[in-house]
Amino acid sequence: MPLDANDLAAIWLTFKLASLTTLILLIVGTPIAWWLARTRSWLRGPVGAIVALPLVLPPTVIGFYLLLAMGPNGLIGQATQALGLGTVVFSFSGLVIGSVIYSMPFVVQPLQNAFSAIGERPLEVAATLRAGPWDTFFSVVLPLAKPGFITASILGFAHTVGEFGVVLMIGGNIPDKTRVVSVQIYDHVEAMDYLQAHWLAGAMLVFSFVVLLALYASRREKPSWS
Amino acid sequence: MQPMIHARLKLAWKAFELNVDLQLPGRGISALFGHSGSGKTTCLRCLAGLERADEAYIEVNGVVWQDSRRQYFLPAHRRSIGYVFQEASLFTHLSVRSNLEFGQRRTPPRERKVAFEQACELLGIRHLLERQPDTLSGGERQRVGIARALLTSPQLLLMDEPLASLDVPRKREILPYLERLHDELEIPLVYVSHALDEVTRLADHLVIIEQGNVLASGALAPTLARIDLPLAQEEDAGVIIEGNVASYDPAYRLLSLHVPGTALHLRVTHAPLAIGDRLRLKVRARDVSLSLVENDHSSILNRLPVRVGQQRAADNDAHVLLSLDAGGTPLLARITRFSYDQLGIHEGQQLWAQIKSVALLG
Amino acid sequence: MRMKAPRFVLAILAAAVTSSGAWANDVQVAVAANFTAPIQAIAKDFEKDTGHKVVTAFGATGQFYAQIKNGAPFEVFLAADDSTPAKLEAEGDTVKGSRFTYAIGTLALWSAKAGYVDAQGNVLKQNQFQHLAIANPKAAPYGLAATQVLQKLNLTDATRAKLVEGQNITQAYQFIATGNAELGFVALSQIYQDGKITSGSAWVVPAALHEPIRQDAVILAKGKDNPAAQALVDYLKGPKAAAVIAAYGYSR
Repeated sequence: MPLDANDLAAIWLTFKLASLTTLILLIVGTPIAWWLARTRSWLRGPVGAIVALPLVLPPTVIGFYLLLAMGPNGLIGQATQALGLGTVVFSFSGLVIGSVIYSMPFVVQPLQNAFSAIGERPLEVAATLRAGPWDTFFSVVLPLAKPGFITASILGFAHTVGEFGVVLMIGGNIPDKTRVVSVQIYDHVEAMDYLQAHWLAGAMLVFSFVVLLALYASRREKPSWS
Repeated sequence: MQPMIHARLKLAWKAFELNVDLQLPGRGISALFGHSGSGKTTCLRCLAGLERADEAYIEVNGVVWQDSRRQYFLPAHRRSIGYVFQEASLFTHLSVRSNLEFGQRRTPPRERKVAFEQACELLGIRHLLERQPDTLSGGERQRVGIARALLTSPQLLLMDEPLASLDVPRKREILPYLERLHDELEIPLVYVSHALDEVTRLADHLVIIEQGNVLASGALAPTLARIDLPLAQEEDAGVIIEGNVASYDPAYRLLSLHVPGTALHLRVTHAPLAIGDRLRLKVRARDVSLSLVENDHSSILNRLPVRVGQQRAADNDAHVLLSLDAGGTPLLARITRFSYDQLGIHEGQQLWAQIKSVALLG
Repeated sequence: MRMKAPRFVLAILAAAVTSSGAWANDVQVAVAANFTAPIQAIAKDFEKDTGHKVVTAFGATGQFYAQIKNGAPFEVFLAADDSTPAKLEAEGDTVKGSRFTYAIGTLALWSAKAGYVDAQGNVLKQNQFQHLAIANPKAAPYGLAATQVLQKLNLTDATRAKLVEGQNITQAYQFIATGNAELGFVALSQIYQDGKITSGSAWVVPAALHEPIRQDAVILAKGKDNPAAQALVDYLKGPKAAAVIAAYGYSR
């Protein structure tokens, strides 16, 4: 077995982190995407820009600000301490928070596009057929936006797996808690342990390729029609 | 008659103002007629609760749906309406059957008056139930859309130019189904259209809307016969006459129609129909000519004694519009100013009207 | 203005050419991140004294190794350890005999809070902290030295669950500076200027508690024929550089 116990632990941790992050993002990102797709408020621009920030900011910048914000003197840190949780830097929860922010646009934007593409009409039709807003959301919007949800899940998961800079800044490289695959690869490279790095990096490459392949295949399967 | 649908709506958008007070009968088909941009669709959307007017009072069959003075607004999904959009707007993720069941399932069982079978039968869509909407033709889609709206057993059926997106053959395909709705259901229907032929064929009550205001509102036949309305100036202007089949002569394929409550009989060639069948005819103003004496030596079938009513200049100097009274039935005539002067026509005069052609509307 | 335009363009072109081409009196240096501040001071003096120009890149020693092996244009390498230059030498990527120790790093236990770290480092044994930051011992010599200190003090097991690793010494410093780790092991050079600690509280770890942190420099194969490379190495060995190096808390 070319991957040792540490590598496997890192892979498992990465999987856990990406799954949990994707789940949280679907729950948190759906209302945000819905609001962005439908609001006429002037806040739409600023909120959309904030959500998109991780697309353009270097992950180390996000990581650095998170390190400050989640630290004992930061806003998030003050809040978590007030709640009796202590600070969340160097913990799995900290990584989850960081990943949620870091991968936010990759979930929110596909959802927003899917919601926008549905348009006003199906919602009006549902209303005239006696479906209330929640009913409409679950019985019309969700099924119509399914391709968007698939894309969002895949991108959110894959992007979290590929996360490095943020984890590096707030993780502390603790085995089973914050040492994810990308950090483990970096460790191997830094330690000039190239063979080990190759195995892990190769596995990541294959994983990413398969994920993207699945994504494009799923898009081809269902051509969109209105 | 006490109006059953009352809607007072006022709203102002950027370049558009709507200010209407609609009193519509609680049965039959009321047409909201007007050019595009006149505000008729907005009225319909306000009735449905899809649009919220700044000031509004909407009452249907004694139930208030909206009263802006009390800040009361019944949301669309709580209003007992069926809405048919210009494009059928079927849910693409559901089969035809599931589309039909969508609204029916959400209607409380005790309110369900239209049965699934009945709606399928009425719209002729039984064979389409297991299909996906994207495999249907435009006309089929629209029929499913109408059936879907019916299946919520609404107190009020609203249709927004349901035929506008269809070509002429598809329109012909749907019109009979709409007439059946009219004849077989007791649900009042508000029908928005900018096509005069649809309105004359379907409507019982006509509301003409222009630039956000109600220009005229009343029963179809008398409203169409008003020469003071711009409608009378249209190329196709004319009156509607409704009557029953009084007799049929198979040798000449000649059908005689009697207008109830009058002495008026009209004749038209047609395939056989049962005595007593109700028919709607259209008599165009340009097809009516006038004569001082009855002309027995003419090939024209319908010659009626009429009394001249008001006159009005037509859209050009060469013609005159006249309103006529044929024994209680109003008619419109469009004649040349030359003949008008030659014959010395004046209000109250007794003349003979010759009707060159009569269009049977079914 | 119109007359000046061609000359302006020429000036830009000239600048582009001089900055892209390796001129004889330019020297490209890869410098370990912990030596950032001292090399900037030394380079300033060096450029003034010799007329040569120093072009520096700062980063992790392991990364520099990978870059050098893959054709990076560095001519002199100031590593954070002694093993990487030795490895490059053994692999024939350096000018033979050019390797030397330019500085010996001093390890410090540091906290951003004043009075938190005592002068004897007893705070470690009291073990009242949540997080102890170190640099990655596999990659950074200061991290390795930190683990040696913990071992010497018999604190390896007691602190194992509290260790947080920065990928390099800069990141370990960041963890502590932002208060996320109460204390940690950093390079004295990071917190030391003009003979005193710049902020917080620190314990300068006695050299006896860990293997010496030798930072070796070497002239790389690409700098073989560049007189500026040799000049820089000579300058680093001289008294003027030695004074700067000592002022930043390194020994020699």
